Amino acid sequence: MISPAIERLLYLVAAVLFITGLKNLQSPATARRGNATSGIGMLLAIVVTLLELEILSPAVLIAGLLVGSAIGWWMARSIKMTSMPQMVALLNGFGGAASLLVGGAEFLKSELRGEAISVDTGITIQLTLLIGAVTLSGSLIAWAKLQEVMTGKPITFPAQKVFNALIFAAIVGLSAYQLYTPDSLLWPFYAVCGLSLLLGVLLTIPIGGADMPVVISLLNSYSGLAGSMTGFVIQNDVLIISGALVGSSGIILSQIMCKAMNRSLANVLFGSFGATVTATGKSAAGLTVKSISVEDAAIQLAYAQSVIVVPGYGMAVAQAQHTVRELAELIEKKGGTVKYAIHPVAGRMPGHMNVLLAEANIPYDKLFAMEDINSEFDNCDVAIVIGANDVVNPAARSDPASPIFGMPILDVDRGKSCIVLKRSMGAGFAGIENELFYAPKTSMLFGDAKASLGKLVSEIKQL
Amino acid sequence: MSEYLITGIVIFVLATYLGAQLIGRVPPTLHTPLMSGGNAISGITVVGAIIVAAAGLGWISTVLGFLAVVFAMMNVVGGYAVTDRMLQMFRKEEAK
Repeated sequence: MISPAIERLLYLVAAVLFITGLKNLQSPATARRGNATSGIGMLLAIVVTLLELEILSPAVLIAGLLVGSAIGWWMARSIKMTSMPQMVALLNGFGGAASLLVGGAEFLKSELRGEAISVDTGITIQLTLLIGAVTLSGSLIAWAKLQEVMTGKPITFPAQKVFNALIFAAIVGLSAYQLYTPDSLLWPFYAVCGLSLLLGVLLTIPIGGADMPVVISLLNSYSGLAGSMTGFVIQNDVLIISGALVGSSGIILSQIMCKAMNRSLANVLFGSFGATVTATGKSAAGLTVKSISVEDAAIQLAYAQSVIVVPGYGMAVAQAQHTVRELAELIEKKGGTVKYAIHPVAGRMPGHMNVLLAEANIPYDKLFAMEDINSEFDNCDVAIVIGANDVVNPAARSDPASPIFGMPILDVDRGKSCIVLKRSMGAGFAGIENELFYAPKTSMLFGDAKASLGKLVSEIKQL
Repeated sequence: MSEYLITGIVIFVLATYLGAQLIGRVPPTLHTPLMSGGNAISGITVVGAIIVAAAGLGWISTVLGFLAVVFAMMNVVGGYAVTDRMLQMFRKEEAK
């Protein structure tokens, strides 16, 4: 219906709309419009593709579009904000699955028709299969870990890396064989798909729950790359551009996360951090913690001039974000200021805490990144730590023997006083003791974060 | 080697560089919507999926195409809808 030249230009328009949309994500004020712009680009690309088809199997195609849209809509509406990491993990996986299926269908089409596949198309098909399958199975494992369907602890076995390397070598070997064999064979194709799915599982199981921000970002990148490879296979510019944009976005986020943990990407992916409890850190023997009553904590907060809230994964687990806002409003009513300090790896994905606090109607200009707020702890009357642990552990600054030594942290210990909301005295991820809990300025308020905050709120109301 | 491969590589490298420039300036507070919005954009694979599903080359490619369309559309609709749901919650402090 439309000429290939026009079609290609319209795809270019779609790509420009995606880029404009991403550009608008640089500020919360324009972000929503940016997302809509990007959506218009997508609609345009889909309409152009549909117009291009002359005869189609409409029933199947329309059914696919409707079923996918309905499921996607339902997921987006029903997901809880605390479960956003699981949602993104699943979407990463779907992206991988779509690329794997398109790559697979392109391969089978040529094989079944007995057409020869050129070497470069062959290579891009094999890459699509590999990246798509690794993204799919890796994302499902990441989802299972986040959803706590399976253990969040690293799963390791002897010679794991050697085994993974052998599987990767087998995939490369089979792909090469497939490319150069003159026979029309299907078994290497199925083997490549199967082994790639296995590889995705094996690469993700040794990574611990608290390293999920890096893994999700990386899988996000892979899902983009898989899309880009599909673009090479079907020779479509807009797929290559969009995939590359998402691919570089995921890589940058992974880098930010790694930097925030002072670890290399290789260490996160292959280090099995937290698999064994390290005995090198300081032990808590001989130290005592000071626990505080709700009444005392309420008085301390009610008369504080400046309060900084440090949220962590524990806040998400307890769904405590709304109660946090109630407490903050009370403190503000009493004349204090409340700011929020957010560590880049707090929670289970980049920006997780910000979304939860936004959900609780806390304005984004009160949320501060680590480097912007660290200097303010010196003048802060009370810092409240809600379900965060490693990101406020002073050992990262002071104890070279600690496994997290060198990781940038929120300097909560520099405040005038600190209240830590925590369920029990269990050690954090990787069993690292946290000196902050034993510091003279720190008081511990034990119990479920949401329940404790609720009690604080009603106590302050009575003051 | 086909001519498109080189064109494709040029496009890929430039788009990756552009992406890095764009994403580096996204504030941390928007990193989650950035990722879900990225998921929506990678749903562009739906273009390939539609072509495969409509090619009418026997039941295997129709089934694979159908599934690919479903997965890609879940990304497109799910990604944009959930990103919008998040972004509408972000607000500035009202002037009192």
